[in-house]
Parts: sequence; C-alpha cells; structure tokens
Amino acid sequence: MAPFPFEQWLGPGSYIIYFIIGILFGAVLEMSGFAKSTKLAAQFYFKDLTVLKVMFTAIITAMLLIFLTSALELLDYDLIWVNPTYLWPGIVGGLIMGVGFIIGGFCPGTSIVALATLKIDGLFFALGTMFGIFVFGETVQRFQNFWNSSFYGRVNLPELFGLPTGIVVLLVLFMALFMFRGGEHLERIYGNKNLKKEPKTRYIGAGIMISIAVVILLLGQPTIEDKWEWIAEEKQPLLQNRNVHLHPGEWLEIYYDDSRKLVTLDLRDERDFNLFHLKDARHIDINDLAPVSSWIAKLPANAVIVTVSNNEKNAVKAWKILMAQKIPNVYILAGGINNWLRTFAEKREKVHPNKKWDEALPYEFDKALGSRHPLSEPSEKWLEKLEYEQKVELVKKVRRQGGCG
Amino acid sequence: MNNKQFEPNTGKPYVHPYLGGVLLGLVLFLAFFLTGNGLGASGGLNRIIVYIQDLIVPGHIDQTPYLLKMAGGELNPLNHWIVFMLLGTIAGGLISGWLHGRLKIETNKGPRISTKQRWLLAFIGGSFMGYGARFARGCTSGQALSGGAVLSAGSWAFMFAVFAGAYALAYFLRKTWN
Repeated sequence: MAPFPFEQWLGPGSYIIYFIIGILFGAVLEMSGFAKSTKLAAQFYFKDLTVLKVMFTAIITAMLLIFLTSALELLDYDLIWVNPTYLWPGIVGGLIMGVGFIIGGFCPGTSIVALATLKIDGLFFALGTMFGIFVFGETVQRFQNFWNSSFYGRVNLPELFGLPTGIVVLLVLFMALFMFRGGEHLERIYGNKNLKKEPKTRYIGAGIMISIAVVILLLGQPTIEDKWEWIAEEKQPLLQNRNVHLHPGEWLEIYYDDSRKLVTLDLRDERDFNLFHLKDARHIDINDLAPVSSWIAKLPANAVIVTVSNNEKNAVKAWKILMAQKIPNVYILAGGINNWLRTFAEKREKVHPNKKWDEALPYEFDKALGSRHPLSEPSEKWLEKLEYEQKVELVKKVRRQGGCG
Repeated sequence: MNNKQFEPNTGKPYVHPYLGGVLLGLVLFLAFFLTGNGLGASGGLNRIIVYIQDLIVPGHIDQTPYLLKMAGGELNPLNHWIVFMLLGTIAGGLISGWLHGRLKIETNKGPRISTKQRWLLAFIGGSFMGYGARFARGCTSGQALSGGAVLSAGSWAFMFAVFAGAYALAYFLRKTWN
C-alpha cells in the first residue's frame, strides 16, 4: 500500500516531500513552456494547443497510474483526496477563471513559474491573483449560501454515470486522444504546423495507454469485501472484544451531549422502523452504504455514527462496510433495538409472551409511533441509573484535506 | 515546431507537449501516491495573503469565518504543506529555467500592445483568476489536474467551464495576443 499518511512518522519533516514534489512540478511546467504567456494564450486562438495537450496528457497519465495501482491494491482510492463537488460554485468560478486566463495569460501555477524565470508579466499576474484572493476572502460572506450550494460531496464520474471505473477510464482516455487528434488538425489549419514533423512515437504512447486502460478494466477495482480484507486483521478484534459496541446508555449520553453529533443509522426494514425507532434515527438500506451516501461522507469531525438493527447482525455488517470505506467514528448499538427496549421498558407486560428477545421486535406496539414513542427518547435521568463502559473515542478524519486549502 | 512565436525567446527549446504532459502526469501521480494529496498552487498564495493580513489586522481575521479557518487565534497560515509545495514550485521553475538558459527578465506580450498595457492586463487577469480560483475551491492545478485525474465529477464540470470562459472572451481580446 501507498506510504501515506506519512506525516505520522515524519512529523513536520514531511514538508520536505511536498517541497520536492513542488520542485518537480515547477520544473515540468517550465520545461513545457508554461512560463510564456503568449504560448498559453495561443490555445484560445487554435494556433498552439500546448495547454490542452500537456494538461490532458497529464490527467490521463495520472488517472491510468492511480486506477492501475488501485486495481493492484497498491493504492487505496478511498484515502486519496477527491475534490468534493460544489457544482454551480465550481462552474461559476471556472468561468471567472477562464476570463482571467484570456485577459492575463496565465493560471496561478504557471504565473508562479513565470515569475521564477523572471517574466515581469508573470509577476504582475501573481500579484493580481493574490489581490483577487484577498477580495474573495473579504466578500465571500455576502454570498455564503450560493458558495455552499449544490454540494454533492465526494462524487466521481463512475458513480455519477453508474458505470464501472474501468469503462469510465477507457472513455476518458478515448475522449482525450480524440481531442489531441482534433487539436493537431486545428494547429495545422490555424497555426501552420506541419503534422508530418510530429514524432511517430506519440502513436506508440497512445497504444501503451490504451493497453493500460484495458488492463485496468480487466482487473476491476477492489470491492467492499476486498477493502474489508485489507483491514480485517486490525479491525476484527474490535468486534470480538466488543470495543465498538455502544451500550444504550452511552447512546443516550451522546444524545444529550452538545459537543458531539449523534448520527443513528437504522438498518431495519421500513415496517419495524415505522413502528418504533430511536429519536432522530435515519432509515437506511444496507445496500445504500456502498458507495457511501454523500451526506455520511461529509459529516463533521465530531459526528458519532451508530448502526442499529433489531439485534446486531445487520448493524455489524453495516459497520464493516463503513469501516472498509474509512468512515471514522462508527459504532454499533449493543444488542440493537431489542436490548434497547429491554433496558428502558418498564412495563414488561407489553412484551409479547410468545416471542423471544433475539427475534425481531418482540415488544408489542399498539400504534406505529416511530420516534414519537416515549421509549424513543428516554430522559436524561436514565444516565444516573445505568452503568456502562464508555467506548467512543473521537478520531480525526483520515481522508486528505486536498490541494487548494 | 515551425512557429517561432511559441518557442522560448532564449535558451533551449521546450520539450514536446506530450512528453511534458507525461512528465507532469508522473509528478501528479507521485503526489497522490506519496501524500494522498494532488498538486496545488493558489492555496499557497491564499495562505501568504492571509499571513500578511494577519500581521496587519489580526482582529479582522478573527471576525471573518472564511479566514478564521486558516489563521484564527494561534494558527499560522503558513504552517501547511501547500505553502511548501508553492516554494518548491518557485525553486523548480527557477532551476529548470536556469539549466535551460531561459532565465531572462522579459515581458511576453502580443505585438499590438505596449509593455505597460500588458502588465496592467496581467494584473487584471490575475485578479479574476484569483477570485475565481477561490470561488471554485481550487485552481487549474488543484481542481482541473488533480480532480480530473481522480475523476471527481465537479472537477470535470469546472474544467470545461474554464475553457468555456476563456474561449467565450477570446475573440474580444484578439488584439491583445495576436
């Protein structure tokens, strides 16, 4: 597996790795001619499509390697940073950037390289960029709502189209190769370029890329079961020692604790859920946990997720699925709803005499009250009566924070 | 490779765009493989700006939620990996420019505008770029390149928006560049 999060071992020294990656980044941009604004702007007059070629070659190269190493189980895709989707703010921001690009002739990264190679226009552009960033920081509060709107969380193209990752990788590759072909013809027409002088090796390169994409498609991406296997050795003992099983009392404690956000996922069927469920519980089908719904993925760091079923079986399954996807702070309600009722129900006579505790809902409900049932939200007083061992320890999110923070 | 306009003014020629792209892709992959993060540039500039603001008007930072995340209280906005990547990018550009003989004080511009006009336009364009980059939560490197490679849906929508914005305005600015 890939070595991150390496900060844990290196501490602040890990910044040296980012510095080295930065050096390589700056050097490659410079070597590609990205310090020259007139070359970059020519992209938009079809005379020189270096921007398109470099950018999309870089994207498909990295994409192929990321999904190849992921298929070979060398890299955990769930752990790398995938830009969350804020659709409309992204599009509006993108349009503004496009305007800035054609007026100023750079993007932030290229202007940095331009100023590093003493291009005065790069220096002015970088200063302008900093000014624009400053103005944004001062004005964002006026349109905070729009800026946070159309948030879909960590959603990628395979999820969006409902296609296997391998197919999407292949489609993106073909799209890029098609654009390169079209771009070369545009350069021939508008930039008077002689295509015959272009190196033939580019066809070999395209062939290699298509082969890698086919290999990715054939290998397939790791399934939830594979991902659970990677962590099973470490996490299985937590189940066996019941380290992640929350006593109903601790659920109640967190419920009344304002510093933690309690998220209860009820995995039972809809009938049982409508009869009775815990206060603020959300009904969720176990099949909707992989890939994990975006609202779960974007929960705040103080969220404690508790999976609930009538006993524990489905709750444990759901716990494994969420753990496999690196969702932090997930726990299981010990004994499920049955144990809950056993703990809080005072009128024992309401328990159906013919049913056993380990079966589904032995408790007799006169009406489908859902969370309006008094036992759905026991009072805070119960906390004094109950004895239990605390299990919840909040951990910080393991996922990455991303590139432009 | 038969149009001088797109070659460096001094020093060795640039690498072929496809080769440059493959090299950039390798760096991008290395960034993901080693750190889990992609590449970025505007985030570093952002933090430098906030650092300066924090020096001049620290009270203001503590009242603005957006800035608070980076520099509130004891937080040092420069204590972040993106800042070190930015420093590396400057160093890398400098080293490559020096090795290839392209280190030269100059201003690249279209033939029909003056140098001062070019500087002004660069500043204005940069302002739009900086504003838009924060609006979109990432620049060409952090959103388009990094997000594109990991197939983020929003990053692909963003990428086409950038090209659309630039192409839409290109006709009106043709005198600037041609």
